[in-house]
Amino acid sequence: MTTRTLPRPATTPERSAADALVLAPGGTTRGRARGYPLRREGPAKLTGAAKYADDLVFPGAWYGATIRSTEPRARLLAIELDPDLDWSKVVVVTAADIPGENLVAAIKEDQPVLVPVGGEIRHHAEPVALIAAPDRETIRRLRAGVRLVTEALPPVFDPEASDHVFAEYEVINGDLEAGFAAAAHVVEGEYRVGHQEQLYIENQAMIAVPSEDGGMAVHGSLQCPYYVHKAMKKSLGLTSDQARVVQAETGGGFGGKEEYPSIIALHAALLARKAGRPVRMIYERHEDIAATTKRHPAVIRHRTAVAADGTLLAQDIELVMDGGAYCTLTPVVLSRGALHSGGPYRCPNVRIRARATRTNTPPNGAFRGFGAPQVEFAVETHLNRIAERLGLSPAEIRRRNAYELGDTTPTGQVLRESVAAQEVLRLAVEAGDFERLRAATARGAAERRGSGEVPAGPFRSGGSRTASGIGLALGWHGAGFTGSGEVHIGSVASVELTAEGRVRVLIGSTEMGQGTSTIFPLMVSGELGLPADAVEMAPVDTALVPDSGPTVASRTAMVVGGLCIGAARRLRAAVEARHDGRPFAEVYLADAASHGPTRIDQAFEPYPDIVFDDATYRGDAYPAFGWAACVASVDVDLDTGEVAVRDVVAVDDVGRVIHPILCEGQVEGGTLQAVGYATIEEIKLENGRYLNDRLATYLIPTALDAPSMTTILVEAPFSGAPHGAKGVGELPMDVGAPAVVAAIHDAIGAWVTELPATPERILAAMAGGTRAPRTGDAAA
Amino acid sequence: MSTIRFLVNGTPAEVDVPGMRRLLDVLREDLGLTGTKEGCGEGECGACSVLLDGQVVDSCLVPMCQVDGRIVRTVEGLALAARERGALDTLQEAFLELGAAQCGICTPGMLMAARAYLDAGGGADHGAIREGIAGNLCRCTGYQKIVEAIAAVAAGDRP
Repeated sequence: MTTRTLPRPATTPERSAADALVLAPGGTTRGRARGYPLRREGPAKLTGAAKYADDLVFPGAWYGATIRSTEPRARLLAIELDPDLDWSKVVVVTAADIPGENLVAAIKEDQPVLVPVGGEIRHHAEPVALIAAPDRETIRRLRAGVRLVTEALPPVFDPEASDHVFAEYEVINGDLEAGFAAAAHVVEGEYRVGHQEQLYIENQAMIAVPSEDGGMAVHGSLQCPYYVHKAMKKSLGLTSDQARVVQAETGGGFGGKEEYPSIIALHAALLARKAGRPVRMIYERHEDIAATTKRHPAVIRHRTAVAADGTLLAQDIELVMDGGAYCTLTPVVLSRGALHSGGPYRCPNVRIRARATRTNTPPNGAFRGFGAPQVEFAVETHLNRIAERLGLSPAEIRRRNAYELGDTTPTGQVLRESVAAQEVLRLAVEAGDFERLRAATARGAAERRGSGEVPAGPFRSGGSRTASGIGLALGWHGAGFTGSGEVHIGSVASVELTAEGRVRVLIGSTEMGQGTSTIFPLMVSGELGLPADAVEMAPVDTALVPDSGPTVASRTAMVVGGLCIGAARRLRAAVEARHDGRPFAEVYLADAASHGPTRIDQAFEPYPDIVFDDATYRGDAYPAFGWAACVASVDVDLDTGEVAVRDVVAVDDVGRVIHPILCEGQVEGGTLQAVGYATIEEIKLENGRYLNDRLATYLIPTALDAPSMTTILVEAPFSGAPHGAKGVGELPMDVGAPAVVAAIHDAIGAWVTELPATPERILAAMAGGTRAPRTGDAAA
Repeated sequence: MSTIRFLVNGTPAEVDVPGMRRLLDVLREDLGLTGTKEGCGEGECGACSVLLDGQVVDSCLVPMCQVDGRIVRTVEGLALAARERGALDTLQEAFLELGAAQCGICTPGMLMAARAYLDAGGGADHGAIREGIAGNLCRCTGYQKIVEAIAAVAAGDRP
């Protein structure tokens, strides 16, 4: 049995009191986080000393702002400056000022840094010009004087009607027709999900600082320093040495600071280049929501063949994602969506057809889960409807179909190890007391029906106003990059023994709250036999650290952690070899003094026996999978349709728990983002513009909206990583929403098939409609 | 311009500013107290929470004309007494040990809301704590560990 349910230390064989973080001599802290080191940068964050981008001071810096389109699609004919205003005290930048290519470096090079005159505006809030001034008041006064002369073009908003395809995949396994021919039941369903905003509490922020030698440094809030570095080289015409990217303390990312920081960095740099001084580009919340990427909306259609006992015989799945106006990371998001769309279930005959198209809305991009939350909501809700049709418990239909060791996925990948679907399901059902509570909610529903009061109509009085429900979801998340992504990226991570006798980790992976700065010292020190405190993290600065790939795809602990463990092992071996094999901890200080610095650069090598063909979509789509189950309990107000999510049990198999408190924190935070996705987080659009582009109107859960959460961590290690870790960031995001929607169904007896399950949609479902009016219908 | 005198973290401050300048900007830009963060600028997220005469307020919504003669406390003042001993205060320690801070951008405001809750005699009941911090958004933690940390302090379960 490879699965353990009691996390143990990742790589630290024994923990000594010495690796407690000592705040200061005489400090009174107990100094441990449940026996593990405290968050490394925690004291700075807790005292207000931590420096986020907007906290950094650059003397003489100007403020920058962006002039954006107010149309969803138009030809840009001219940019005019009001001749009655004084433009001599400011700088204005247009596409004509871009020294390099006017393209934001990404997968497909279709997105301009600024729309050029003569070019096409493709979405509302698209950057067209930039302005910088010594103070904010001048910008406020002058920005209205930048006039865009445009000629409107007809926009496209329906992704299914769009004829511009960003990406398209087809995955086929087995014989679909034979599967349907053998079916006892065929169940069809259509599911829809809308945009979701990452809503990091720190807005996008970047400060560009020109240097005298023609170089440019940017300091800012970001996940992927080398993405920004590449963008600067391309659009500013800089060499690798001239472009420098420094990460400031980063106030949350969740994917929202994966690709967008390249754009804001280029904008700040273009202004700084023209002004010849530092320029601060700090978004306000309104601009951040209006202009930056969101989770892709999607339509997912399932047609499923099932045997009489609930065994899946065939899945025919169609997925359409709305990419927005530019490609960004859409092909990769769609790929992950397609590969996860069947759910963690054995099915011999599968066809998955996926496409993503262009619409005239702001580009959609990376957001925790990266295509999987959309499709897993659909497949889990669909499976529950199948279970309902067959009279099976949601737990039982999953037990009968969930992957086990040796099963084959739709790409032909044989699951040879690290399969914990049944284990997380069992633990969630037990810890959530699922079957007993489900029987209790069924009794409650029967009593209400017996009273003749419920659910005759949405507006009801008398008796109990609320109905309770419990729901279950099971999910999977491919660990690390899809397919051959990791091989293409070729990451490097370094561990160094400095001449001064310090051990330093050098990685381009960022701390954005998830714990990078804490777990890397823990992993490396464990290999070296040192206390965690003896290992330093180098600042994330492209002048210092190698490109260890982007901080995305839950790959940091798994892939970069694996590289650092490899580097630490080699460092240990090299040093011990110079000292007759004596332990590293005893000799490293002397070694540094006598031998000087030793730096080990560890480059990624493909995981053994993991092969994927990007052309045919056959093979090992991921080196391993994480597995998650979620049980949610809700109360639904039968008069208003409001949902309160009361309790959640989250069970997540992450391969190896490196730091239990930080790992639980990832599960809890991801689960609440999923609860928000399920219930309240919705972008409303009008003519391609986000209507609710403020925190007063785009709602995320408060402490009162958040359920009480119980987290159970499971460890089914992945043998390809030296520590077994499979990542944790995205896994909980996949299962929360379908569990909540299942619980709503359990309470009201009707299915909501479109996220979020707003009160309007719940009342419509109770009234017998399958769908509430969609956004914008009322205005039409 | 008005001359506004007030006490910030126990130290007298005097600024000449337009009366409608935001307390948040005076703290961050004029006094260099950047521990207080701006998340939305319209009183929705609570990242800029400070204590004004002991009451938690969104400093982005407080004009300086309302601050004259009053007592302001920010995250930098939270551990003043404790920091002389070289440590965090009990609330900060509880956040650190129980994992209540992740990205940290909401943390200063969250700490101030929690401080106000505890100073008003708030107890360890999770529902009451959630009410107490309902004006402070956190996107990282799911609030679970924040609530647990505040409850631990309220219960006196700290050094």
